[in-house]
Amino acid sequence: MGSVFRPAANFWASLALLLLAVAFVASSLIVWLWPHSDYARRANWAPSQPVPFSHRHHVTGLGIDCRYCHTAVEVSSNAGMPPTYTCMTCHSQIWTKAAVLEPVRNSLKNDQPLVWRRVTDVPDFVYFNHSIHIAKGVGCSSCHGDVANMALTYKAKSLTMQFCLDCHRDPGPRLRPKNKIFDTSWTRDETTPAPELLLAEYGVPQRNLTDCSICHR
Amino acid sequence: MTLLQAQLARDISAEGRPPHENDPIVAPEQTLSSMTSQICAPPLERTWPLWWKLSLAAALVFVFILVVAIGWLFYAGVGIWGIDWPVVWGFAILNYVWWIAIASGGTFISALFYLAEVEWRSALNRLAETITIFAAACAAIYPILHLGRPWLFYWLFPYPNVMGVWPQFRSPLLWDFVAILTYVVSSILFWYYGLVPDLATMRDKAGAQDKRRFYGVFALGFRGSQNAWRYYRIGYGLLAAAMAPLVISVHSIVGLDFAGAATVGWHSTEFPPFFVFGALLSGFATVMLLAIPVRRLLRLEDFITGRHFDILGKLLLTSSLCVGYAYLMEAFTVFYGPDAAEKRLFIDKLTGELAPVYWATILFNVVAPQSMWRRSVRLNETLVVLISLFVIVGMWCERYVIVVMSLRRTHLPSAWGGYTPTIWDWLTLFGTVGLFIAGLLIAIRLLPVISMFEMREVILRNARPEK
Repeated sequence: MGSVFRPAANFWASLALLLLAVAFVASSLIVWLWPHSDYARRANWAPSQPVPFSHRHHVTGLGIDCRYCHTAVEVSSNAGMPPTYTCMTCHSQIWTKAAVLEPVRNSLKNDQPLVWRRVTDVPDFVYFNHSIHIAKGVGCSSCHGDVANMALTYKAKSLTMQFCLDCHRDPGPRLRPKNKIFDTSWTRDETTPAPELLLAEYGVPQRNLTDCSICHR
Repeated sequence: MTLLQAQLARDISAEGRPPHENDPIVAPEQTLSSMTSQICAPPLERTWPLWWKLSLAAALVFVFILVVAIGWLFYAGVGIWGIDWPVVWGFAILNYVWWIAIASGGTFISALFYLAEVEWRSALNRLAETITIFAAACAAIYPILHLGRPWLFYWLFPYPNVMGVWPQFRSPLLWDFVAILTYVVSSILFWYYGLVPDLATMRDKAGAQDKRRFYGVFALGFRGSQNAWRYYRIGYGLLAAAMAPLVISVHSIVGLDFAGAATVGWHSTEFPPFFVFGALLSGFATVMLLAIPVRRLLRLEDFITGRHFDILGKLLLTSSLCVGYAYLMEAFTVFYGPDAAEKRLFIDKLTGELAPVYWATILFNVVAPQSMWRRSVRLNETLVVLISLFVIVGMWCERYVIVVMSLRRTHLPSAWGGYTPTIWDWLTLFGTVGLFIAGLLIAIRLLPVISMFEMREVILRNARPEK
């Protein structure tokens, strides 16, 4: 009885097993690492908007406060998107003929709100409240990045559950003084009060910040 | 050539010979070559008889039903089942526990009795291991289906994820996931590892080139050199030593799934050993139940003899006594302890609306197997089939009592409820039975149903001096 396989079969069999192992490891790595990628999280990416609004120009250049447009941020779960009237406060007087503002004028004329594309979103099963974060010393930039210096607004943080929990598990070092909340280029330095002082000042309860029901209600 | 030898071998054995108390461990007429030819012949046969085709067709119908039931479940969600508050663990958990217990017999016979170096194991371990892997596969389906969102089952893995959370390492449900995964993977490995020398024999016996290649690929180039055997045996011993404790750990952890919860009727330290006893009882019953038709249909009377029936019957009886002891202790601890809710539940078990299920459990698992004290019963194929079936049904009833009865009588009477399985519950259960039988039928069609390399040792040891 002759051999069933030629000697080369050993090579091919080993190669096949090796490739199988490589494929298994590679596919596991892809499945594991994919959700961490900026691409999957849509981070560092500016979606196209009806009008190429520049926060850098309006906030850093002109000195408009965040709350001038996002009026509800201190009192509501939703920071609030400005209605067209807010844009028209100024743009009914300046740049009234600018082609780039055509959609804004149309919006006012037709009484149809501008359809902005949300840059920073959390899933519907996450309960997020802006006002409590602002009230307890979490600045805008902690989640939104240095918006005041963004020409086009992009999502600066991954906003994974890991991202939320990093802060909820250890909020102290992320808190800032009251007058720095809306300063998006603020970073902690030696003049910043110690985390324990800030926690005490704001009365942040550390006991239940990681309860499931804090965010999933 | 091989078929002719097989035919000769068949003529040697008295066809349809019933088990007898004076049977040796292997028929003395069997030689190394006659045994090899006889075991190799069925898988190499071109066509198989009608009984095989019909039973496979019937089993595949149930597999199809299973696919439909699972498809509808994935589409519509677990609301199609009978589960609701307060009975949130219905058929899925019940059937899972039932199946994983059925799987235990193979591991116990294969691994533990290998380490104990008993001879009778060699005729049964292949069949028992095959039962194990298909029963474990059926069991493994259920917890996944039971998840409300089964596509997220991989959240059970502890891996650094974007959610920044880990599974609850203190929960028996996580231990259960780890234990089952380990058990399924190592059962498959153990089964396959034990097959390798036999696959090599099949490769050498097969005439047709395609079959030689088929068995040749899976034989992994095993040629039976002294060195290969030496390493093979070391590997087999290590695997067996790893598998034997697994069968205990798996069922202990299944018991802890229940005992870990502060539910009436579950919160008991008795549960881990109780579940191991129950698993052994259903494992031995299943091996017995399936050994009888396999022995008849594949003409294995020379290898699975009266000795095997005798031993399996004693094992069944022993594990039944262990289970009976656990039932007694359950009653004892309830009435010895101070918990009024436990007592109320136990009296509900004895006399309430589901009392018939509890008494069926006692009757099938403890009373019926007592007939095995008599050797004539252990050797009577009809009675053995009946009692094994009783036990398998009885073990299912036991899990019904544990899962459903406890959950519907919580500590708070205002939260009491009921449970009625729906058609989808039943179809999923029957579907997995079909899957199990289909798997088994395909396995015996393709693979040698007795471990030939181990049977050779048994034959050599029992050979008459003149041979």
